[in-house]
Amino acid sequence: MFKRRFWAVILLLIASLIGYFVYSTNKVDSSKKFKLGLDLNGGIELVYQADTSGISSVDISGKMNSLKDLIEKRVNVFGVSEPIIQIERVGIIGGNTSEQLIIDLPGQTDIAGAIAQVGKTYVLDFKFLKKELENSTSTESVTGDSFESTGLTGALLTKATLEFNQNTGEPNVALQFNSEGSDLFAKITKENVGRRLAIFLDGDVKSMPVIREEITGGKASISGGFIGSAGLKEAKDLVSNLNLGALPIPIELISTQSVGASLGTEAVKASMHAGLWAFIVIALFLVLWYRLPGLLAVISLSIYVAINLALFKLIPVTLTAAGIAGFILSLGMAVDANILIFERMKEELARGRELGDAIEEGFARAWLSIRDSNTSSIITAIILYYFSSTPMVKGFAFVFGLGVFVSMFTAITASRTLLLAIKHDSAGKIMRFLFGTGANK
Amino acid sequence: MFIIKNRKFFYILSIVLIVISIVSLFVWKLELGIDFKGGSAIEIRYVDIKPDIEVIKNNISTLATEISLGNYVLQSVGDTDYSLKSRLVSDKERQMIEGAFSNNGAFKTELKKVNSIGPLIGKEAGQKALISVILVILCIVLFITFVFRKVSKPISSWKYGLMSIVALAHDVIIPTGVFSILGHFKGYEVDTLFVTALLVILGFSIHDTIVVYDRIRENLSISHKNNDKKTFETIVGESVSQTFVRSINTSMTTILALFVLYFLGPEATKHFSLALIIGVGIGTYSSIFIASALLVTIEKLQSKRELAKK
Repeated sequence: MFKRRFWAVILLLIASLIGYFVYSTNKVDSSKKFKLGLDLNGGIELVYQADTSGISSVDISGKMNSLKDLIEKRVNVFGVSEPIIQIERVGIIGGNTSEQLIIDLPGQTDIAGAIAQVGKTYVLDFKFLKKELENSTSTESVTGDSFESTGLTGALLTKATLEFNQNTGEPNVALQFNSEGSDLFAKITKENVGRRLAIFLDGDVKSMPVIREEITGGKASISGGFIGSAGLKEAKDLVSNLNLGALPIPIELISTQSVGASLGTEAVKASMHAGLWAFIVIALFLVLWYRLPGLLAVISLSIYVAINLALFKLIPVTLTAAGIAGFILSLGMAVDANILIFERMKEELARGRELGDAIEEGFARAWLSIRDSNTSSIITAIILYYFSSTPMVKGFAFVFGLGVFVSMFTAITASRTLLLAIKHDSAGKIMRFLFGTGANK
Repeated sequence: MFIIKNRKFFYILSIVLIVISIVSLFVWKLELGIDFKGGSAIEIRYVDIKPDIEVIKNNISTLATEISLGNYVLQSVGDTDYSLKSRLVSDKERQMIEGAFSNNGAFKTELKKVNSIGPLIGKEAGQKALISVILVILCIVLFITFVFRKVSKPISSWKYGLMSIVALAHDVIIPTGVFSILGHFKGYEVDTLFVTALLVILGFSIHDTIVVYDRIRENLSISHKNNDKKTFETIVGESVSQTFVRSINTSMTTILALFVLYFLGPEATKHFSLALIIGVGIGTYSSIFIASALLVTIEKLQSKRELAKK
């Protein structure tokens, strides 16, 4: 008896500590505040589709990672707070997969600015003009098919600088390759003296000089075409973009989402309201219908809430409106196990068992139903998580699945400890009333 | 016992609901959101005064011809907002639309929400949704067959799985039908959250069905032990009435939470919670009134066939 009460006290103490942790870390400056998604915080989400058509499948993930790093740099330069950039491989089973880059910019509201922040999608590429076409002098007549790849791209660049031609005063862009790029450039120029090497920018030929000799040291320059003040600006933009990193893979914007800050604030308020009232309504129902065990179920539901909120902070889970909806839904489902147990207890009592036995039997027999039914919810959550196409649904699935796990613990362990702790061996009329339910005759 | 005895009545009720749903799905189809078909949805909030819809209508229709916007839907939302749904617009076009809403800066506006989704993503979302629904159903049936593998008399365990699918189909078709009707009359759209709701309904409905089946399993073994020669129908009937209160109560707490979410929760999850309320309601009904009754029906068919063989 004493031992059981001891454990119940320990349980309540731990739960209170968890609750205090959740409460105390809500201050503005705390590092363990709830993480809110874009729909609650306001902000912009851009989704880019990467064009991986020209890349062998082994290289894709490496290139996507360097793409991600580059975009991260660009966004950070412009001082967005805590951007989240993720690569996502999407595709239908057995079909073509495609790579997407999801960029979340919390707190931003200016979409046009954000798209500019991610930057113009400069793709720098060096290609040979095919041998059979070398005699045609005009650069106008060549098409994309007229070139062959050299493997040298903007990804191998370390630095670009703006320079001016000493004779004409025209700007040109000087390029410095990294060691890998320098070696490749030296090899290309050494083995192909006399051929034309085209410099492609975003798929257009920017210039097409003839290779005169081997170039070591990895220096090259793009000249020609930067005319007048517009040309100067273009050259400057090009330099800054190349320095931030030319994109190793061309990308295309396929989805934009933005949520104004005021809408986010409203959603947070509404979600909190709904969560609080859902708890109150469920608590009232439990106490009115199941009396004393109902009250204990409310306590274990509170423990459930505390553990969940603490996990949201510790993992951390980015909360969205759908995620909070999942949590509220899980409040309703978390008490299911309690209801199954209490109903079973009631049956055992009606069969004339002692209160203590009835409690033990109730738990033991209800366990199978609880395990089986929760497993199906977990299956649903896992499939939802892996096949969701939107972060909203992913957020929901995660919170929902986590809730089911935690509820199995609180409903079984917490409720059981509490019930056994208050149980009286000599169950009198009052105790039997308290353990009865509204449906008892 | 009442439920199992009068199962024909409940079958008819369910069939009527399903037929209405399917007819509505064929005639009116579903109003797909831009999640699935791609496009742009823009919501503008007016900081000071919300202008008359005629002004906005004019501005937008002029702009629509200019940039060939095609079909679009302009709606007034609440006291402060307008929304515009259209084909996918470029960043530049979006700024022009903002200009049309603010009457070129005459009204102070704020971009409340923008959602632009390429048709590719939409197609993918649709396929993914379908795959996940099929996978969930498949996994659940396998799971039930596994859980009830030791039960083979009088009907084999895969039939429990099969009957729970029938109940699941029932629980998914009816809310979808309701949303088809709501889509036709009130413009309710079906988005990825709706599919999520359907999947949760699948999980929930099976939750309730398992509780009843679990009790049938237990009562079958008790009856076998006592050798009391109870018919399958009697055992199922008893199991349903024994678990009736808990089925209602477990759903009750969930539905209470969902109602709170529907009335107090954020705009973004209103339709989601509505779909869940309908689905959880229907799911509870089918677990109590349909899923177990179907077991009895299938057992009757089986024994009739066996009699015919003899």
